[in-house]
Amino acid sequence: MTASFHVPTAIVVAGAMLLLGLGIWVAGRGRRRGFLSTVDRVTYSTLHTASLASRHLADGLTPDAADRAGRHLLTILGASSVAICDTSGLLSWTGPGGDHHGKDAHDHASATRTSGAPTVLGSDVVTCSDPDCPIRAAVTAPLVADERVVGTLTAYAPAASAGLARATGELARWVSAELDVAELGRARTRAMEAELRALRAQISPHFIYNSLGAIASFVRTDPPRARELLLEFADFTRYALRQGGPFTTLAEELRNVERYLVLEQARFGDRLQVSLLIAPEVLPVRIPYLAVQPLVENAVRHGLAAKEGVGHVTITASDQGSEAEITVDDDGVGTSPEAVQQVLDGVSRADSVGLGNVDARLRQVYGDEFGLVVETAVGAGTKVSFRVPKYAPGVHAE
Amino acid sequence: MGDSLSVVAVALVCVTTVAVGGLGLRLSRRTSDFYVAGRTVSPRLNASAISGEYLSAASFLGVAGLIYDQGVDLLWLPVGYTLGYLVLLVMVAAPMRRSGAYTLPDFAEARLGSVLVRRLAAVLVVAIGWLYLVPQFQGAGLALALVTGAPAWVGAALVAVVVALAVGAGGMRSITFVQAMQYWIKLTCLAVPAFVLLALWARSGGGLPPVTESWWTPFAPRSADDHPVYRTASMMLALCLGTMGLPHVLVRYYTNPDGVAARRTTTSVIALLGLFYLVPPVYAVLGRVHLPSLPPGVRSDTIVLELPERVVSGVSGDVLTAMLAGGAFAALLSTASGLAMSVTGVLHQEFLRPRLSRLTGGDAFGFGGFRLAAVVAVIVPFFVARHVEQIGIATTVGFAFSLAAATFAPLLMLGVWWRRLSRVGAVAGLVVGAVAATSAALTTFVFGPMGGWPGALLANPAAWCTPLAFATTVLVSLATPTSVPRDTARLMVRLHTPERVDLARSRIPE
Repeated sequence: MTASFHVPTAIVVAGAMLLLGLGIWVAGRGRRRGFLSTVDRVTYSTLHTASLASRHLADGLTPDAADRAGRHLLTILGASSVAICDTSGLLSWTGPGGDHHGKDAHDHASATRTSGAPTVLGSDVVTCSDPDCPIRAAVTAPLVADERVVGTLTAYAPAASAGLARATGELARWVSAELDVAELGRARTRAMEAELRALRAQISPHFIYNSLGAIASFVRTDPPRARELLLEFADFTRYALRQGGPFTTLAEELRNVERYLVLEQARFGDRLQVSLLIAPEVLPVRIPYLAVQPLVENAVRHGLAAKEGVGHVTITASDQGSEAEITVDDDGVGTSPEAVQQVLDGVSRADSVGLGNVDARLRQVYGDEFGLVVETAVGAGTKVSFRVPKYAPGVHAE
Repeated sequence: MGDSLSVVAVALVCVTTVAVGGLGLRLSRRTSDFYVAGRTVSPRLNASAISGEYLSAASFLGVAGLIYDQGVDLLWLPVGYTLGYLVLLVMVAAPMRRSGAYTLPDFAEARLGSVLVRRLAAVLVVAIGWLYLVPQFQGAGLALALVTGAPAWVGAALVAVVVALAVGAGGMRSITFVQAMQYWIKLTCLAVPAFVLLALWARSGGGLPPVTESWWTPFAPRSADDHPVYRTASMMLALCLGTMGLPHVLVRYYTNPDGVAARRTTTSVIALLGLFYLVPPVYAVLGRVHLPSLPPGVRSDTIVLELPERVVSGVSGDVLTAMLAGGAFAALLSTASGLAMSVTGVLHQEFLRPRLSRLTGGDAFGFGGFRLAAVVAVIVPFFVARHVEQIGIATTVGFAFSLAAATFAPLLMLGVWWRRLSRVGAVAGLVVGAVAATSAALTTFVFGPMGGWPGALLANPAAWCTPLAFATTVLVSLATPTSVPRDTARLMVRLHTPERVDLARSRIPE
C-alpha cells in the first residue's frame, strides 16, 4: 500500500481539501449574515452587547462588576463616558475624562439618588477646563433594586440630547432588572445555605444523657477510664458542633464514629460487637459531615437496645470505581419497610436518629439518585447504605 | 515441557487477577485495634501500586526489544518513562491532589467550571486509554504466541476477557494492594532471570556483543533520510509531558491523603521505576551477545522471552522462560486492568449512564451499565490491535504518550500554574492538540511507517504538536479574557496552599 502511495502528494491534497472546506464554510457564514437587514443587525448587536453586560451584573453592584459591565453599557449608549455609582461613591468610570471628572460623578448623581428620577445636567454644572475633553453634559438615571435606589448610571456626552436622556433611562431600567435577578440568585443561595444549616448535625439528646450516665458510673470504680471517656466525649462534641464547612473526609468521619463507639461500648460492654471493613482507597473521599455517625447510632440503638444478647454492627466502605459505597449493617430487631419509608419521607420522626436528615442532605448535595438505601424487615436486621461520587463539583473538605 | 510451564505461569497470573478483582482483598479488624489514621495508604505502598500499574508490556518487552534492535539511542526510553514522573512531581502532583479531582475530566471541570471542557477531556481520556490498551493486547498476543505457539489473537483475547471480567465483576476492589503486589512480581520475574543470565555470561568469559558501529554510536542515522536527534528529542518530550495525561496514573493520586503525601509518593515512584528500568538494557545487551541477528519469525519485541532457552538448556531454561512469561502477563494485566478501569469509569459516567437513565427513566440499569461500559472499553482496542499488528508495541505507546502530551499537558500545566487560562483557550488547545496528534497517528496506522522528514514528524509528533497546543491555549486565552472563570483566584489558592495551613476562618480553636 505504501509503495503505490506518494506521501507528499497525499499531504498536499489533504491540505487543499481542508482549505477548500474552510473556505466554503467561511463563505457560507458570510452569506448567511448577508441576509440580515440593517435593523436586524443593529438589534442583534445591541442584544448581544446587553447579554455580555448582563453576565457581569450577576454578582450585583461591585466595583469589578460595574467596571466590566460599564464597557458594554458605553457601547450601547454611544456616549463619551459612563459612570456607575452606588449610594456611597463612584464604582467605575468607563471612557475618557475619568481623571478629572471621576471625583464629581457621585455629586452629579445626588439629585437622582434622593428623588429617584432621571436628571439632566448641562454645561453649567458639568464644567471642564480642558478644551479637548468631550464631557460637557450628563444624564443620570437611577438603578433601582427591590424598590430602593441602590445606585446611579450617568452618561457623559458633549451635549445632552433627548435621545441620550431616553436611552440612559431605559438602560438604567434594564440594569435595574438585571440587579433584581442577581439579588434573586443570591437569595436562592442564602435559602439553600440556611436549609443546609437547618439540616446539619442533630446529635441526639439520648446519646448525651446515656454517655454522661455511663461515664458517671466509672468515676468511682475506674477514674482513669472515666477521664479517658470524658476526653473522648469532649472530642466527639467538638467535632459534632464544629463551625467549619459542610463537608469532611470519610477518614475524619470514621474517626468520629470510632469515638462514638468507644462511648457506646462503655455503656454496652461486650454486648456491642463492631467490625469495620474499610477500603483504604476511599478514606480521602469527601462526604457531608455527620453522614455516617447517625447511621451507626441508629444501628446501635436498633441492633442492641431492643435485643437480648450480643448485637453486631458492621461498617463497610468500599471502592466502586468513581463512587464510594458506605454501608452500616446490624443484626438487630429490624423494622417494617413502611415505617422506614415514613421516616425517609419526613412523615414520621419517631424512633429514627437522623436517618431522614442524612437522606435529605445526601440528596441535596449529590442529587436524588444518591439517597439512603435501607434494607430491612421485622426480625431481619437493618442494612443502611449510600453511595457518594468521589468527585462532585463544589464539594471539598475544609 | 517448557510450553506447559509457561502456560501454568500465565494461567496462575490470570486466575489471581480475576479472583482478587472479583472477590476483593478484604481486611477486617475489630474496633479495639481500629485506627483510621493508620489505615490510609502510605506513600510507599501507593508508589508500588503506581509503579505496578505503570510498568506495562512496553516496558517489560518493548524497551529491551527496541534497544536490542536499534542500539544505545533507545537507552533514552527508560529515562523518559521515569522522567515523566519528575515533571509530574514538580509541576502537578500536589496541586492535583488538593483539587480533589478524581479523574482528568473532574480536574477540567473543577478548574474551568465548563461542561464542554469536561466532555472534551472525557473523550480524550477514552482515546488515550484505548490507544494505550492496543499495545497491551499486541504484547499479550506476541508473548503467548511465542511461549505456546498459539495464534496472536488468542493472547489478546485472553487478556481482553480477563480484564473485562475483573473490571466488570466488582470494579477491582482494593486495587492498591493488588497493583503494589504486581510491581514486585514484575521486578522479580524480570530481575531474577537477568541475574542468572548475567552470571552465566560472566562465567563464560563475558565476551562483548558483536554489534555494528551504529549500534554503539549515539544518534547514528539508521538510513540516509533518518533524523535520530529529532526522533529522540520528540520521544523524550512525549514521555516527559505525556505521563501526567495518562488516565490510570492520575486516579492513583487521589488515594494520597494530602499534597505532601502525593509528592512523597512520586519520589518513591521515581526510585522504583529507576530500579526496574536497570534490567531491560541488560536483556538487550545479552540478546546481542547470544543472538547476533534476529532468528527468522522472531520479532525484537519478544527478545526477552526468547533469550533464556538460547542460553540455558533443559528445565532451568524452561523455568526462566515461564517466569518471564508470567511476569509479562502480570505487566499486561495490571496495566490493562488499570487502563480499562479508568476508561470504563469515564465511559459509564459521561456517556452511558446519562443515556441509559434517559432510556429507562431511572437508575434501573445500576451496575449493569458499568459492565456494559467495561465490555465496550475492552472490545474496541482489541479489534484495533488485531488490525495494526505490523506496528511495534513501543510505536503505539509512543502515540498514546504524544496524544497525552499534546492535550492534557497544556491543560494541566497551565491549569495549575497560569491564572489567565480561559475556557475558550482550554478548548482550543485541547482540540488543536488532539487533531494534530491524532492525524499523525492515523496517517502512520493507515499508511504504515514512512521515511524522511514527513515520516519523522508523523511518527514522533510530540515535538511539534505539544508546543502548538501550548501556544494555541495561551494565545486564545489571552484573546478571550472574558471567559476566564471568575473564581480562578480562589481555586488557585486552594490548589497551592498546603493542607496544614488552616484556611477556614471560623472554627472552634483546638
